[in-house]
Amino acid sequence: MDFALNSDQKMLQESLSRTLADASPLDRVRKFADDLKDPAKDVWDALSDFGLPGIVIPEEHGGLGLTLLDAALASEALGRAVAPVPFMGVVLAPLALIGGGTAAQQAEWLPKLAKGEMTAAVAISEAVAGAREGAGVTAKGGKLSGKALFVPGGMAAGLIVVAATKGGLHLVRGEAAGLSRSLMLNIDETRRLAELTFDGVAAEPLGGGPALLARLRDAGWVLIAADSLGACDAMLEKAVAYAKERRQFGRVIGSYQAVKHMCAEMAAEIEPCRALVWYAAYAFDAAPEEASLTAAHAKALTSEVGRFVARTSTEVHGGMGITDLLGLHFWFKRLGLNRQLLGGPERVREIAARLQGLAA
Amino acid sequence: MDLTPTPEMLAFRDEVRGFLEARAGDFSAGQAKDVFAWQRLLIEHGYAARTIPTAYGGYGAEPDILRSRIIAEEFIAAGAPRGMAGQGISMLVPTLLEVGSEEQKTRWIGPTLRGEIIWCQGYSEPGAGSDLASLQTKAVEDGKDFLISGSKIWTSTAAQAQMMFCLVRTEPDAAKHEGISYVLIPMSTPGIEVRPLKTMTGQAEFNEVFFTDVRVRQDQVVGGRGRGWFVANATLKHERGMLGDPNATEARLGALIELMKTEVVDGQRIIDNPVFRDRLMQLQGRVMAMKFNGLRLISAQLSQEPVGVAGLVVKLQGCELNHQVAALAIDALGELGILYHDGPHLRARGTWQRNYMFDLGLIIGGGTAQIQKNIISERGLGMPREPKPAVL
Repeated sequence: MDFALNSDQKMLQESLSRTLADASPLDRVRKFADDLKDPAKDVWDALSDFGLPGIVIPEEHGGLGLTLLDAALASEALGRAVAPVPFMGVVLAPLALIGGGTAAQQAEWLPKLAKGEMTAAVAISEAVAGAREGAGVTAKGGKLSGKALFVPGGMAAGLIVVAATKGGLHLVRGEAAGLSRSLMLNIDETRRLAELTFDGVAAEPLGGGPALLARLRDAGWVLIAADSLGACDAMLEKAVAYAKERRQFGRVIGSYQAVKHMCAEMAAEIEPCRALVWYAAYAFDAAPEEASLTAAHAKALTSEVGRFVARTSTEVHGGMGITDLLGLHFWFKRLGLNRQLLGGPERVREIAARLQGLAA
Repeated sequence: MDLTPTPEMLAFRDEVRGFLEARAGDFSAGQAKDVFAWQRLLIEHGYAARTIPTAYGGYGAEPDILRSRIIAEEFIAAGAPRGMAGQGISMLVPTLLEVGSEEQKTRWIGPTLRGEIIWCQGYSEPGAGSDLASLQTKAVEDGKDFLISGSKIWTSTAAQAQMMFCLVRTEPDAAKHEGISYVLIPMSTPGIEVRPLKTMTGQAEFNEVFFTDVRVRQDQVVGGRGRGWFVANATLKHERGMLGDPNATEARLGALIELMKTEVVDGQRIIDNPVFRDRLMQLQGRVMAMKFNGLRLISAQLSQEPVGVAGLVVKLQGCELNHQVAALAIDALGELGILYHDGPHLRARGTWQRNYMFDLGLIIGGGTAQIQKNIISERGLGMPREPKPAVL
């Protein structure tokens, strides 16, 4: 009975951070950012050896069988390292299969996903964040038509979970006829988003209905919040380290209250988010009645704190902060993407109000 | 992370709920009808002074975050008044438990818990605010006694208090932080004058206290002569915890939500206005984060694990949030929010307006927001102190 990470979880976080430090240092991230054809397969392979692709997949299907809290801790480590890895589908697609797939669908896909042989993506942006430019996918007679935007990891995914505008969740095979993909160049060069076009694409329906879609949304919010938390931690650490080294007017700038108060404000904003993210992730498995509201607030609050930290850490770095040389911008942009993906804070807070009966 | 209610915890929740239902006649609108009887009853059942040893008049339970949380939740849900929470209970008692002599613990803790002794805190002075260790109130040896002279400011409840825990300079030649002692002074001692200090709320929540050759026995020192600064730091830690209490903020947020659901402008409830609703949701997210931060701190305290920055941000963030909750309530009230004192249109007896002003004082008091940021950056983030200028 405690409100803390257990020793396995601390170990998971530490060893994943070490794996990332080896497999995906900033130079490696930069290479991925500079080369749109680089699939970062070496990084993915290192994470597959670690077992990350199977983190929430049950052991009988070859996964680690862990909870969303464990996945959130992994997401935090990925955010901290600005790792060029699509993680949303790693967690959400198995959750969709576990929650709405038949035994046959689970047996077909989960072992492959757990091994990291292939990746999965989830196209739920229109259903959660709202449709832009008339996007949306309709299901008719087992075929999908339409467009899904902003799909993380959607360019390379061998399996795609698609939320149709009406008619629930569907599984689409990566090689299915009528599916075309184009890269949506975005601000965050560490993660790639796809625009998926469906032209009468064969799809298998998943069970679970709107409740399962809400579960995927909640899990997605928690993962994004955790990624932002890790990115914020990294930006604060970098600001503090820089302020302790950089000298002006004969003193390290970190000895000026104007500068150290900026760092204190970042810490004061970040630290409560940690407890909220832990709890929201924990509630997803252990207290489902609290899961949606806490996930919404975790997503919305880390979006606001993320914007503040991204800007403030950059300012502490002075002119160096805005250069490509330093690479701080990778975190700045990661936080920028996290803020909008699966709904910006205004939209997410409106859903939070609705969840409590405070909005129609 | 494991907060699942066991059958034992569910039974405990039933027990607390049953107690509050049975005793519903003892309180109304969050106020006990007889505060002393209510306090004694709460201690008897372990809903106040829960972890204070029975030998000193407490309930003597082991610290248990789940039970504490259940008690807090059920009291909020029932609109029942919590136990007393003056500076004696919140600050002096934990300090005595930490560094008091056996005689001091036996003599003071029990009556303080029962509300029979009200305490006030004599720390700040007109010339010693953020730089508290520069305090000048002096205690000069005179036989077995000290003779105390000087003045204190920002002393809440000084007019009602029977006792003061006070910082005085006993060793004038020692270094700044090493010449201070923490003494317990009866407020009835000749030579003490209390003057109310009226604030912007229109009320005198604070006082000034003047000492002229006030005679106090030397055995009234807590934690050893010259050790007062270190004793006080233990107390300040408890004060900062109290000032940022997330349960109190959550209760106020609940009242704000009710206000926004009932107040109407042009036939529209405030909660149905999307701008106000979004502001409310922003605050709710922050209050929720501080609540879980609080649970994390209690848990870490029990397992004696370090939490780093998480504990240092409570005063800063908690007091800021209280102020923002009051600010949103006033904005939700609109022109009704500028009414004050009395009148048929005034809501909640002016509580929101008073909190809005008083809570600003709490952002400043107990270590200003700026001092909190120094603490967070220096102790939490390991940043260097501002060097002392060569010439003042």
